[in-house]
Formats: sequence, C-alpha cells, structure tokens
Amino acid sequence: MSGLEVTTGWYLTLGAMLFLIGGTGLLVRRNPLIMLMCVELMLNGVNLSFIAFADRFGDVHGHTVVLFVLVVAAAEVVVGLGLVVAVLRASPRATADDLSALKG
Amino acid sequence: MAQIQDVFVSPTVDWWVLVPQIILVGAALGLLLVASLAPRALPSWVATITTIATGAAAAIVAAVQWGMWGSTPRPTLNGAFVSDGFSLLLTVLIGAGVAMTALVAHSALDRYDMAPPEFAALLLASAAGAVVMAGANDLIVLFLGLESLSIALYVLIALAGRRASARESAMKYFVLGAFSSAFFLYGVALVYGSTGGTNLSGIGAFLFGTVRETDYLLLAGIALLLVGLGFKVAAVPFHFWAPDVYEGAPSPVTGYLASIAKAAGFAALARVLYVAVFQQSTAWKPIVVALAFATLAVGAVMAICQNDVKRMLAYSSISHAGFVLVGLSAVPAASGLVQWTEGGGDAVSSSVFYLIVYSFMALGSFAVLSVIGAELRSPEPDASAHALSRYGGLARRRPVLALAFTVLLLAQAGVPLTAGFVAKFEVIRAAIGASGYVLAAVAMVTAVVSAFAYLRVVLAMYAPEGSTDDDDDIPSARAGRPRWGGLPLTSVFAISLAVAVTVVVGVLPQTLLEWSRDAVLSIIL
Repeated sequence: MSGLEVTTGWYLTLGAMLFLIGGTGLLVRRNPLIMLMCVELMLNGVNLSFIAFADRFGDVHGHTVVLFVLVVAAAEVVVGLGLVVAVLRASPRATADDLSALKG
Repeated sequence: MAQIQDVFVSPTVDWWVLVPQIILVGAALGLLLVASLAPRALPSWVATITTIATGAAAAIVAAVQWGMWGSTPRPTLNGAFVSDGFSLLLTVLIGAGVAMTALVAHSALDRYDMAPPEFAALLLASAAGAVVMAGANDLIVLFLGLESLSIALYVLIALAGRRASARESAMKYFVLGAFSSAFFLYGVALVYGSTGGTNLSGIGAFLFGTVRETDYLLLAGIALLLVGLGFKVAAVPFHFWAPDVYEGAPSPVTGYLASIAKAAGFAALARVLYVAVFQQSTAWKPIVVALAFATLAVGAVMAICQNDVKRMLAYSSISHAGFVLVGLSAVPAASGLVQWTEGGGDAVSSSVFYLIVYSFMALGSFAVLSVIGAELRSPEPDASAHALSRYGGLARRRPVLALAFTVLLLAQAGVPLTAGFVAKFEVIRAAIGASGYVLAAVAMVTAVVSAFAYLRVVLAMYAPEGSTDDDDDIPSARAGRPRWGGLPLTSVFAISLAVAVTVVVGVLPQTLLEWSRDAVLSIIL
C-alpha cells in the first residue's frame, strides 16, 4: 500500500481547475485588481499543464515555454496595472461596472 | 528522465530573413532613445516621418525578399519562423498600414493629447508583433507575436487616456485580450500535450504521418486556439469587446486595430488551420463555418441598428471578418493533401486578398472619421462625435471628402468596380468551390443587408440639410499644420491612397489576385 500515486493526470486536472477558477473569477469579479489576478491564475494553470506534459514526454521544450509565458505575463501585468491605476485615479473605487459609458 | 545535452547548440539565425522585424523594432527603440535624450520635446513630424520611413522600409525589404525567395519558404531559428510569400505579402501590408496610420495620426495627436514619440514607438512595436505573427511557424513564437501586438495596442489606446472613453476602451481591450490570450495559450498547451511539439509544420507532419482515432485532447486544443484567435479577430460570439473598443479608441488607432491587428490575427488563424492541423479539417471546418454564419449575420444586422457612424463601422468590420471566415472555411469536404493543393489554395488566397483589400478600406474609412471627428467637435469632450445626425450636409461643406468616404463605403458594401466587390466575389467563389452553397448564399444576403447600413451614412451625408447648424463653428485652419482646403494634408494623402487602392484594385484586380495566389502556394508543405 504505497498510498496515492500522483500521476500527470492530477497535475493536468489541477491546471485545468486553476484555469477555470481564473476564468470564472475574471467574469464574475468586478474589482479591476482582482480581475488582473484572475488572468494570472489562468496563465499559471496553463503553465502547470505545460510542465506536466513536458514531464510526461521527458522533453525540455515544455519547460522553456513556461519561461516565455512568465515573461509575457509579467509584461502584461505591467501594462494592466498601469491601466488600472489610470482608471482608479480618474475615479477612485471604480469597478468594472462603472466602465460602461460605451454601449449600443 | 530527460536526455540533457551537455553541449548547447544554438540555432542558426538567417539574419536576412529577420530584416523587416529588426527595422521595425530598431526604429521603435531608437525613437524612444532619441526622444528621452533630446533636451526638448521632439517635434511631432520627426516621429511621423520616422514611422512612415520605417513602415515603408519594412514593406520594401519584404517586397525585395519576396523577389529573392518568395516561392520557396525560408525557415530560420530552428524552423520557428518562416519567411515565405504569405508572410512577406502580409509584411508589405503591415508596413503600408503603419505608414498610413502614422499619416492619419499626425494631425490627430494633439487632439488626443498623445505624445508623438511614444505613439510612434508603440505603433512600430505592435507592427513588429504583427510581422512575427504573419511568419510564425511555432505556436510559442505566434503567441509572442500576438502579445507584442496586443500589449502595444493596449497602451496605444491608453495614450489618449485623458478621455474617459479611451480609458474605458483600453481597459476593456486589455481584460478581454488577456482573457483570450490565456485561452489561446491553453490551446497551445493541449496541442503540445497531444502532439509533443509546438512547431506548426512539425505538428502538420506528425498528424499526417500517424493514423489515429479521435484525439479529444487535440480537438480541445484546436477549439481553444479557435476561441483565442476568434477573440482577436472579433468573430461572433467573441466580438463583444469590438464595438466598445473601436468607439472609445482614437480614430487613427481604431483604423489600425480594424485593419492590421485583424489581418495579423487572420494570418495566424490561416497558418494554424492550414499548416498545423489541416489533417483535422473535418473537425474544425464545421466550427469555422458556424463562426462565419454567426459573424456575418450579427455583423450585418447590428450594423444597421447603429446610430453612431464609428460604431456602425465597428460592426461592419465584424461582418468583414465573417467574409474572411467564409474564405478560410472553404476546405473541400473530403480533405487530404491532394485536395489541398487543388482546391484548398483558393480558401487561403481569397482570404488573403480580402484581408488586403479590407485593410485599405478600413484604414481609409477611419482616416475619414478622424478628419471629420476633428471638425465635429462636440461640446462635451466625451459625447459621441460621430452620431449619424451630425453627418448631415457633409457633402455640401466638404464635397471631396464626402465623395472619398462614399467610395470607401460603397466598396465596403461590395459595389462592382470597387475592390470590395472583387474581394467578396472571390471568397464566395471559394466557398462554392468547396460546395458551401448555403454559406455562400448567406454571405450574399448579409452583403445586401449591410449595404443598407453604408447607404444610410451616404444618404445622410448627401441629405439637403443636416441637423448641424452653420459652417462657422468649423475651425478653418489650425496653426502649424499644412492644410488642404482646411483639411490636414497628411490625412488627405492617406485617404487618397486608400481610395486609389480601392478603385484600382476594383478595376484591375488581376495583379493582386495573382500575388495572393503565389503567396499561398508557398505555405503548402
């Protein structure tokens, strides 16, 4: 009885769950900062899947991809935080619902 | 345990292939460096001329490269990037688009409080991303190109952040862009998990060489890639961001978003579908057809409901995306490499032709909007400047401008003797060639429906009297800018270029059609 063996499938499931939690959060939460965090959660779910696949294939390719994704995610956060600050400075305590002047 | 090589073998780099990207990125960085070192703020014409020269240089280099190796793909960086007719033709388009955007933006930078060097640098950086997307032969390179394009565009819109509408537009674009990138990336992960690689031709060869039963991991991956790119090209049902973002963004940026950003997205879509997962076309064809149906219908119907010209053009750009999808979906029913060389080529070549023609029409239309927006200053800064009622009597005040806009709108509607007609004809012909009769019929019907939306604007312009009062509130001349009949000369030049392309390609489409066929022949494996 060696207990539960953690296989690739577990990591993939965890990655998918992180992705889904992030995606749901992005759609449900209204605070711009939390929406930014949800995007990061989605990307990290993807990263976990890449690493799990790379581990299964015994291939470094998937690991290097994760480094690329991390850099892109960092760049995205820089721009995203800048935008959030610009929005919040114009109207403190703004939520995503307040950004609704454009419609039709 | 992974086999780790103890010697690092760096990939060979074919620098000649990368010249267009190097020019674009180099000019962007150089401009930023000079602007930050200069003791005084650079005059805006420096940034504009640099951008135009850079865009033109990238386009010329790409054209020369096409002459040198256009018919034989030239991969580099371990096959991660490939320079072939397809990528080079799109590079020419991107270079031209950058130059035209810079021309249009020159007279609008002041109005939107946008700093010229930053604007130019971001424009060039995003163009470099678009060029990378057009030639990416690896899903990760494709992702990097997509992000360089998108991140630069978020900031490009936010540069006009003094306006609440631009802030809102940038924020919406950012949130949905990041959301869709995550979907795209998850698709990449699943395709990697299923095929063991991210190289597009590698995936294509892998799928071609193996007979396999339904692979749900791969299918889910393809679906997620389609969702991610569907967001980027604003295909229904992933289009919700587009009208808001297009309306809130400064008009020159909107033109760039609607033309070059969309063309790059479709280039990526074409390469993913036709190079990597073509063997699965029975699986993705129904999805693309469904997207095309929805995009055509929603784009056309929503366009007639709009009372704001800028929003109407946003929905019309959605309906144009539907036409490109009609072209891309035109895979012969029983797929295989044989049909691909015979009939499948039409699918991509008609889409490329449509993209080129549409890009010029969109750039021209939004250039007109930018000029009109400067004249129709609304009393409150964020009120809609482009309400249809404000276009009344434009033909009397600005006969030539109204005529140019009319030509561009009629071309978008697909009137014969304009490029729009040839483009629509070609995609519908490709659809019929692949026995997509219903889709072809729907495309024709929606073309007629959306023609109504364009004609509404034309009629409003030529109406005897609009609701706008007198001509006196129109500023006749603003200091420091050469003007032509009161219009900024740079914008006039850009609009004339767009109209010229639209009319010349409409009358003599043969050359451009041949170019797009040649371009597509080279992406066949």
